[in-house]
Amino acid sequence: MITLGDYLIVSGILFVIGFAGVLLRRNIIIIFMALELMLNAANLSLVAFSRFRLGPDGLPDYNAQVLVFFVITVAAAEVAVGLAIIVALFRTRRTTHVEDINTLKF
Amino acid sequence: MLSFLFWTFALVMIGFGAAVVINRNPIASALSLVVSFLGLSVLFVLLNAFFIGVIQVLVYAGAVMVLFLFIIMLLDLRAEKIRKINWLTFGGGVFVSLSLLIQILAVIGSTKMAKQPFPPLASPRMDDVRNVGLLLFENYNLPFQVIAVLVLVATIGVIVLSKRELR
Repeated sequence: MITLGDYLIVSGILFVIGFAGVLLRRNIIIIFMALELMLNAANLSLVAFSRFRLGPDGLPDYNAQVLVFFVITVAAAEVAVGLAIIVALFRTRRTTHVEDINTLKF
Repeated sequence: MLSFLFWTFALVMIGFGAAVVINRNPIASALSLVVSFLGLSVLFVLLNAFFIGVIQVLVYAGAVMVLFLFIIMLLDLRAEKIRKINWLTFGGGVFVSLSLLIQILAVIGSTKMAKQPFPPLASPRMDDVRNVGLLLFENYNLPFQVIAVLVLVATIGVIVLSKRELR
């Protein structure tokens, strides 16, 4: 029997994978993909809670699914802007390695 | 049967999610990310969220990943050369991630709600898209339009950023 906890554990593991990717990788595009993984892990736990907490009519709580819809929309906009910034960065510095981008480093 | 499907696709999702972080070649990472998102959309369908599952495939596997692959090919990124790893930062990152994982598992393990199975639905047939759409246009109309403005601003911003000469 699948419980709510199973979904939450899977979502937590996916979030930690994304978090570790942001901390450990040095390629800015991979860091960006890991960010997407974290957003999706949050979406998974939101949908699991929506299925767990039924409304008065016995259907899932659709408020959470509307929130997931908004998160997906904002994430898509964020990917477009982020990749445009990466392209602009690559034009001036010819690198996607975050350790080579150290102009503001003290 | 459902639990078999759940564990299969959860393992696919986590395995390919880890492959995104581990792979050295950015193209391999991007393709692993597609498979991971497909596994995630199956999990959404298993939770009776059909609309979200379809949106996940359309937006992520369709639009976002094409954008990622396009940018990787545009920048002509190769597999990274092996650089000297700063072991102090690397160890710190692993430590913080592992402590976050332990924290999450401890919180889930100590929650009573997490041990209950999902309650059965009132009817197996449900108008998923209709319910989400009604809620979106009745209760969340203002946020919906704010999101529309946000996407417009993002589009204009991307065009401005992509121009060669910034004035």
